[in-house]
Amino acid sequence: MIARLSFKNLTGRPGRTAALVLLAAFLAFSIFGGSLMILSLQRGLDGLEARLGADIIVVPSSARSKFNVNDLLLQGNPGYFYMNKSYADQVAAREGVEQVSCQLYLASVSAGCCSVPVQIIGFDPATDFTILPWARETYREEIGRGDILVGSDVNVPQDGILRFYNVDCRVVAQLSKTGSSLDTAVYGNQQTIQALIAASQERGLNQYNQIETDKVVSAVLIKVKNGYDVEDVKDDINIHVRKVVAVRASHMISGIADSLAGMSRLITLFIAAVWALCLAVMAVAFAMIMNERKKEFAVLRVLGASRGRLAGLVMSEAAAVNLLGALAGIALALLAVLPFSAAIEKGLGLPFVIPDAGRVLLLAAAALGACLAAGAAVSALSAVRVSRVDPSLMIREEN
Amino acid sequence: MLRAEGVLKHYDRLRGSSNYFCALQKLDFALEPGRVTEITGRSGSGKSTLLNILAGLLRPTEGKVRLEQTDLYALPDGELSRLRNRAIGVVPQGQTGLRSLTVLENVLLPWQLYSRGHAPAARARELLERVGIADLEQVRIGELSGGEMRRMAIARALIMQPAVLLADEPTGDLDDENTAAVLRLMRDTAREGTAVLLVTHEAEAARYADAVYRMEAGALSLQAAK
Repeated sequence: MIARLSFKNLTGRPGRTAALVLLAAFLAFSIFGGSLMILSLQRGLDGLEARLGADIIVVPSSARSKFNVNDLLLQGNPGYFYMNKSYADQVAAREGVEQVSCQLYLASVSAGCCSVPVQIIGFDPATDFTILPWARETYREEIGRGDILVGSDVNVPQDGILRFYNVDCRVVAQLSKTGSSLDTAVYGNQQTIQALIAASQERGLNQYNQIETDKVVSAVLIKVKNGYDVEDVKDDINIHVRKVVAVRASHMISGIADSLAGMSRLITLFIAAVWALCLAVMAVAFAMIMNERKKEFAVLRVLGASRGRLAGLVMSEAAAVNLLGALAGIALALLAVLPFSAAIEKGLGLPFVIPDAGRVLLLAAAALGACLAAGAAVSALSAVRVSRVDPSLMIREEN
Repeated sequence: MLRAEGVLKHYDRLRGSSNYFCALQKLDFALEPGRVTEITGRSGSGKSTLLNILAGLLRPTEGKVRLEQTDLYALPDGELSRLRNRAIGVVPQGQTGLRSLTVLENVLLPWQLYSRGHAPAARARELLERVGIADLEQVRIGELSGGEMRRMAIARALIMQPAVLLADEPTGDLDDENTAAVLRLMRDTAREGTAVLLVTHEAEAARYADAVYRMEAGALSLQAAK
């Protein structure tokens, strides 16, 4: 009966019910949407961290003129720069360096596969310790000449062939998302990238016309030996190897981590403000509504409703409103975040990776629980007051 | 049936002080099955206070109220509420319908508070017929006149076939014709075995009552008895 009466009360006053549902929706939207944003940003950072693999990255000093080396991983515009392979040997010889692996970069000017030019990265499968562990999540075969791995944001044609500088490349795997510019990059072995660079030179589309592709590298990725301080090894390279810049890989994402922390604080503040405001408004709204309906509750007492039944009626109405509002808020947050994750990533300039469906569901359930609990707490006060009405005085007051 | 024993009611004017207002002087009073008892008196004389005490809605300062052998105010709230729902029909003063419900739903409300299964819609319709608003059963309460609302409240008080009916100004807002119909219904209800209390200013009510009391300044005195 309580449920039916609650339903009648809610549907009998659609305006009042809609206003309460809207408040509950705000609560759910802010906490679910905000938490989803924070979680996605955190996941983006974690993914990027996991993908770095290297302790130090060495690039030619000339690369500095093209972009901030610290933004190497995140800068959106593909670029290319080269240094003699001998620098890799010099770097590898420094104390504390355990392993080095070279990469060769090429920017495609326009590719049929993508709406924007992509960064093409050549790596050496024999020495690589950053790309292959990532690729192994989806592809375990040997990566041969002409085979490429593509980032998660690269559109792959149905035939699996991407053409760069009139060279056909076979897409063998698509990598998991990092939320960085790595997601729009293409990866191949040294032979593949050398062939592409040569093709770009033939077409006059590469400013480095004179380079011998088998004698140059773009970046040297370094793993530091256990027991050595990464900072010391980096400084040692910068001091003793000329015409290169060594950068700590973690510094490349420290800015992101700082931005993420700032953004998380901002979102948390936003959630707290919305909750404080909505809960206060909700408490006042409930109190006003209960006051308006006190005669109705007095009548129910006269007809034999116990204090517990009255409290149950108030609580069930509040629960229905909060459930409806929370579901609407969660749905709205999903609609606002999921389809626009790429735009959010671009807007914030931070890696943004939506968690898997299971975690999103878990987060939605937690948000729903939080909204229902908060709504129940707010309405409980009104429920207690309602259950204490003196029906004899109340009815007389009203007449 | 329903008996007030040594009941009195004071309201403290100032909490904890000896300054109080005496709403009801110490009295003994009883309602018997099959009899209509009327209480008249000026507004504020204590009539409604006594009715609310008899209904288990207002705890007396002193004394007991017994329904058969049960001391109402010794019961916990849940049991007292259920007892009131089952055995005591109350017609409160004024407009007391739930606005979100139709007339028929309002009449069935006491039954729906604790019962399951099919509601006694046929009895509800019969009662609406007897109070003359059968054609309004699907109308929402907000669309009723004051008199129609009073008649709905009477039908609602009778839906559970209570052992006791306590009616506070049941003929308020009614024209002469409907006043007579309601008073006849009260009389018929008593004839079916219910103990009926009418608290009213209506002079005509005395014709239908077995006993008439007058309340003055919280003191009850018997005026006439058959």
